[in-house]
Amino acid sequence: MRIGVVTFPGSLDDRDAARAVRLAGAEAVSLWHGDADLHGVDAVVLPGGFSYGDYLRCGAIARFAPVMGPLVDAANGGLPVLGICNGFQVLCESHLLPGALVRNDHRTFVCRDQPLSIERTDTPWTSAYAPGERVVVPLKNGEGGFVADERTLDELEGEGRVVARYVGKNPNGSYRAIAGISNAAGNVVGLMPHPEHAIEPLFGPDPRSGTGGLDGLRFFTSVVEGLVSA
Amino acid sequence: MGRVVVEVMLKPEILDPQGQAVLNALPRLGFDGFSLVRQGKRFELSVDGEVTDEVLARVREAAATLLSNPVIEDVVAVERVG
Repeated sequence: MRIGVVTFPGSLDDRDAARAVRLAGAEAVSLWHGDADLHGVDAVVLPGGFSYGDYLRCGAIARFAPVMGPLVDAANGGLPVLGICNGFQVLCESHLLPGALVRNDHRTFVCRDQPLSIERTDTPWTSAYAPGERVVVPLKNGEGGFVADERTLDELEGEGRVVARYVGKNPNGSYRAIAGISNAAGNVVGLMPHPEHAIEPLFGPDPRSGTGGLDGLRFFTSVVEGLVSA
Repeated sequence: MGRVVVEVMLKPEILDPQGQAVLNALPRLGFDGFSLVRQGKRFELSVDGEVTDEVLARVREAAATLLSNPVIEDVVAVERVG
């Protein structure tokens, strides 16, 4: 089981994502933005950060990195791909996911332990969660407001493609409190919050909240278990 | 050497927090009477030689695919200058 983690210039959370992959029981394979080769991995994580300094638009330059050529083809062919934060922005700019991420409505960077409800559990990244399950993982973004036109939003809702929704106060102005979505097939998932920061005791959101701080790990065990049983 | 200017604006229905921040700052400096500020982007693309219609067409294509994201932005101007 080999899961690739792409590093762009300006990626921040590639090491954390690789650690989450390893703790979930798979081998983490570093993929370089300039290398147009996925090296035969079974799934790919696009990590958080500020690829290319967020120049032009978040994720807009990363979309044209050499690694994205084979990645887009493989994603369209069914390869499980998870984009977290900046990775979500890259997936939207690549047209693998609809909509766009814009500056938070309150104009300030948000960094908090964020309650979510997991709404779609038949994706390779969320199969280990129960439908409607409430989890808490870190959220940290400046441009995390998910926007799309009404027709696209209705389509996402109607097809059950809202993967995760913010619970409680909307932290960034995302339309319909959407925190994560999938493509029509379900194999490509974009998520603004950071499950890779909630995978080990004492390092995730406060264990006294009753969540144990491990709420993010199952995004990674989901894909590992799915690939093993496939 | 010729130049083409491309201007990109957020679509009217997309919230522009930067424009709002500017709007709120204006009266603090005594600039009253403005009801809305929208902030956009201006790109200047230089070419060796003249800006031919073909160059202009290529800039339009670049504006639609890279310089703007059609989900949230409109290309409001592609103009030859100089």
